[in-house]
Amino acid sequence: MAQIEEVSIEQYKHLVSERALTGETMLLNMGPQHPSTHGVLRLLLELDGEVIVNAIPDIGFLHTGVEKNMEAKTYQKAEVMCDRLDYMNTVGNNLSYCLAVEKLVDLDVPERAQAIRVVLTELQRIASHLVWVGTFGLDLAAMSMFLYAFRERELILDILELCSGQRMMTTYIRPGGLWRDVPVEFEAAVRNFIKIFPKRVDEYENLLTKNPIFLDRLLGIGKLTKETALSHGVTGPSLRASGVNWDLRKARPYSGYEQYDFNVPVRTEGDTYARYLVRIQEFRESLKIVEQALNKLPMGPVRSDNRKFVPPPRSEIGVSMESLIHHFKLWTEGFPAPKASIYSAVESPRGELGVYLEGDGGPKPYRVHWRTPSFDNLSVIPKIVKGHLVADLVGILASIDIVLGDIDR
Amino acid sequence: MGVEQKLGNMGVVTTSLETAVNWARTNAMWPMLFGLACCAIEMMAAQASDYDMSRFGMELMRASPRQSDLMIVAGRVSKKMGPVLRRLYDQMPEPKWVIAMGDCASCGGVFNNYAIYQGVDELVPVDVYVAGCPPRPEALIHGVLTVYEKVKAEKFKDLAKG
Repeated sequence: MAQIEEVSIEQYKHLVSERALTGETMLLNMGPQHPSTHGVLRLLLELDGEVIVNAIPDIGFLHTGVEKNMEAKTYQKAEVMCDRLDYMNTVGNNLSYCLAVEKLVDLDVPERAQAIRVVLTELQRIASHLVWVGTFGLDLAAMSMFLYAFRERELILDILELCSGQRMMTTYIRPGGLWRDVPVEFEAAVRNFIKIFPKRVDEYENLLTKNPIFLDRLLGIGKLTKETALSHGVTGPSLRASGVNWDLRKARPYSGYEQYDFNVPVRTEGDTYARYLVRIQEFRESLKIVEQALNKLPMGPVRSDNRKFVPPPRSEIGVSMESLIHHFKLWTEGFPAPKASIYSAVESPRGELGVYLEGDGGPKPYRVHWRTPSFDNLSVIPKIVKGHLVADLVGILASIDIVLGDIDR
Repeated sequence: MGVEQKLGNMGVVTTSLETAVNWARTNAMWPMLFGLACCAIEMMAAQASDYDMSRFGMELMRASPRQSDLMIVAGRVSKKMGPVLRRLYDQMPEPKWVIAMGDCASCGGVFNNYAIYQGVDELVPVDVYVAGCPPRPEALIHGVLTVYEKVKAEKFKDLAKG
């Protein structure tokens, strides 16, 4: 085991101001074990009294080596790694990876599978925002919000479990379609959620949106200007709260998002409160998409029948020799992908989640790289916390909605 | 009908000090508020409305290791996090227990690579392993109850030996 290094000011000389060296300002370590850094982020704070002069993020406490590990697996088997990147958006990670593989090997996805993918990713977006609104409330001392948000999150996890058998790490979306068709109870469960949820969002808004204590903590705090956001590559709700209307679901539609009628909530204030409002509004918009996708859900297969890339259904294996061979070949060797590199991105609850895949002609990717939204979003934190109090830093960090699994990979 | 009368009817209860202390420990165990990765979300779910771990005397997550009895290692431990985890464990006062929650903390899980400790038992002594990726909240609660069983069977003289 590595030795525990004692922290000395010598290491941080180049990062902090002159005043810290003379002892005029104080250096404070926040994290990696801190309840409001949302994981294992470490921040080195330089404080003048209680005012933040400088904040230096230190990441890598959750570095998992996902990208390298994926190179050692075939395209199909590598998919399980991507669930565990951004663990609040597991279905979305699967989707982005599968879209990339499908683009690389030029695979079509049936209509039904696309609609189910949309339903599930939008439900996952709601679940992710629910955890966010719960922990955001918790950080700002609105404890009951956490309990309400997790109550609704269970409804979504039940739906995911219904489809895939797993609550979080579903790996339900597969290259070429889905693992299997949704069960018969699926539609009723989603409709039940659509019926319940709008009232619950109203409940959250009654609790928080006009709450004077909440407003005091948020209004004008952590202002992120349009220019800073764009220059740091900030995406997702944080960018849209700064007045930039950029949503990949509208800008570069995938999985048939162009067929759905929904709005992209945009605010111009750019402060913590605006980021909160954008996410609350996204609850309603996501629900709209879920409802539309469910209404038009076509019948038909959920997997491409291109047997060179997609395993045959279980029922065929017993009766068809060819299917058995395909099944065997696909799960032992995998399928070869052309020597090419592609980039494909989806809109995750935190922003642009992109995956870069490079094939070398074999069954394993030569290089996998993830462009994760939290990593870029985190880079603005030092810019926007300056001049605020330590107590506000907690709110700002929460409002950017970073996930450390997404940052460190 | 006062409480005195009711108590009067119960007579005398005899037990050993050991049993009484161990019983008390199982009903007010404070876990450390310490989440690493995916499992931390399920740990939060176990604390939240549907599963409500406070039924077992665990509603109080302490952010400081110096106030906690139980460390739930919820998630994968990277090489950079390892020393931090060990220091947190060392800062906890005796007696203390550790649950390795999930496959990553138990054995490395799907991440058999350069970055992840293949099980948190390389760093700290683990009392209970909870399987699953991530384990369901029920599984975590079962793990906690298993710790309780262990605590109830503990002997003072074994603890004194360390």
